[in-house]
Amino acid sequence: MANKITLNMITQRSIEEGVAMEKGKTTPEYFEACSIIELHDEDIKALGLVPNQLVRVTSECGSVVVKVVKGRQTLYPGLAFIPQGVWANQIVPPRTQATGEPQYSGFPVTVEPVASGERRKSALELVQGAVGMWRGEQ
Amino acid sequence: MPKRIENVGCPYCGVCCDDLVVTVSDDGKKILEVENACAIGNQIYHHATESERVRLPRLRQPDGTYKEISYDEAIDYAARVLYNAKKPLIYGFGSTNCEGMAAAAKVGEKAGAILDNCASICHGSSLLAIFDNGYPSCTLGEVKNRADVILYWGANPAHAHPRHMSRYSIFPRGFFTGKGHKSRKIIVIDPRYTDTARVADIYLQVKQGYDYDLFNAFRTVARGHEIPEEVAGIKREKILEVVEIMKNARFGTIFYGMGLCHTDGRNHNIDIAISLTRDLNDFTKWTIMAMRGHYNITGPNQVWSWQYGFPYCLDLSKRDIAHMNPGETSSIDLAMRGEIDAFFNVATDAGAHFPIEAVKELRKHPWITIDPNICMASEISDLHIPVGIVGVEVPGIVYRMDNVPVQYRKVIDPPEGVISDEELFERIYQRLCELEAEDAAKERVKTTAEGIPAED
Repeated sequence: MANKITLNMITQRSIEEGVAMEKGKTTPEYFEACSIIELHDEDIKALGLVPNQLVRVTSECGSVVVKVVKGRQTLYPGLAFIPQGVWANQIVPPRTQATGEPQYSGFPVTVEPVASGERRKSALELVQGAVGMWRGEQ
Repeated sequence: MPKRIENVGCPYCGVCCDDLVVTVSDDGKKILEVENACAIGNQIYHHATESERVRLPRLRQPDGTYKEISYDEAIDYAARVLYNAKKPLIYGFGSTNCEGMAAAAKVGEKAGAILDNCASICHGSSLLAIFDNGYPSCTLGEVKNRADVILYWGANPAHAHPRHMSRYSIFPRGFFTGKGHKSRKIIVIDPRYTDTARVADIYLQVKQGYDYDLFNAFRTVARGHEIPEEVAGIKREKILEVVEIMKNARFGTIFYGMGLCHTDGRNHNIDIAISLTRDLNDFTKWTIMAMRGHYNITGPNQVWSWQYGFPYCLDLSKRDIAHMNPGETSSIDLAMRGEIDAFFNVATDAGAHFPIEAVKELRKHPWITIDPNICMASEISDLHIPVGIVGVEVPGIVYRMDNVPVQYRKVIDPPEGVISDEELFERIYQRLCELEAEDAAKERVKTTAEGIPAED
């Protein structure tokens, strides 16, 4: 059963993201470290999913497909986490409360299982795709 | 024989560990081993010689591919973009030295640019609160030697500053803290039960976005007033217990991070954290410190404050009059209002770390990336100019998170022909001066009446 739930999203650093970022943002390590969403067990159940399945996360300004993970650093039900990086920034609202700082944490998102055939996109596909420069896998 | 270089400064986070030992090969070209660094610092050194580096500037071609060009051509291109733009934005500087930042500021002033650094999307809120409310802070050395109560609020050093806890806050044995971890009380406040929370004596799971309320409750209790049964998801008894520990500390430090800066309230969350620190000083000694992200993101705040009086979001479009007004002159706001007509991404990766909506706006105009590595910004640029990696291939001054300057050294040479940020910006500045002089000469010829010789 396909369910759709609304959660509060935060995005911050993870050490896996830090190590992979220094190795390179086009590496498989960066892809695996950042194209995930950490959820509480109850929210995973509410989605009718089990860990490692894909979800579409949509905010007021965008949408991204990521993999569901039960995080080691636990959240409370209703709170979701995507590590900072390319996937998180597809949905981070650029509003700044007149301080210059985007709303990286504490913005509403809807999370739903992906339609069949949908996949996680690579970092390059997301960023180059957003600015009309994606030329397919080289 | 491989050479062992000691006391090397790490170019990753604001902790600026300066006890690394790096072993380089006989020919001085390869990094063989890195001791004492965290997983991320280690990766930076090994990546420098193990990966395929960009050795020449690359210019985007009409078919979308990159073509290598000379540094002279790249410098001319960059200078012309700046010269022709009405409001260029030069942004980044999280990962370079102060010498590079000062040189970039010269370019920014000459070009009439907006000059901004990563604090704009990071600890900019902290700077605003510090302007308003002061900064009762200290150095990391004082924390190590004196602090017996440590509070991490909205910060997760186990992931973002991996050696912060072992070098300065929780585990080290200092002059007055000889028992190390045993003599300290650790409090962690975060909506997530983070890996940092796992080493805490007391963990408070604050409701996300309600930090201001909880700070307010702490202040209210510290001043001897009543609070409701529960605030921000935390029971009254727990708040009373923590405030009692804070009041009875010998020396305490609040370390706070992006959990406060990136959420609703922004600078107001920091403002009340500073007020709480001030209140606690009625009872004992308390200090507060921002967990600055990159190893030298404190650098541009220091360098540009000294040069222009403002730490970030500098509008130099009037050239000799600097002006700063976050919300108006901040990178993301300028981008979203479509006010920028050329973008320089320097020693950072706005392609990966700006919200994608801002990236789309900025990419409508020329985009130049100055960075040692291939990153998301370099892969959507018109021009990518590689530079040496500070702390690995280029020496220089950096400012640690507690505003203490540290001299970084280099352990190997940069790839042949690759120059430093400082040299690059000095050469762009020279080229800008030449372009200005060429135009002035043309203008002079044009305005001289026919038949009358131009005066010298």
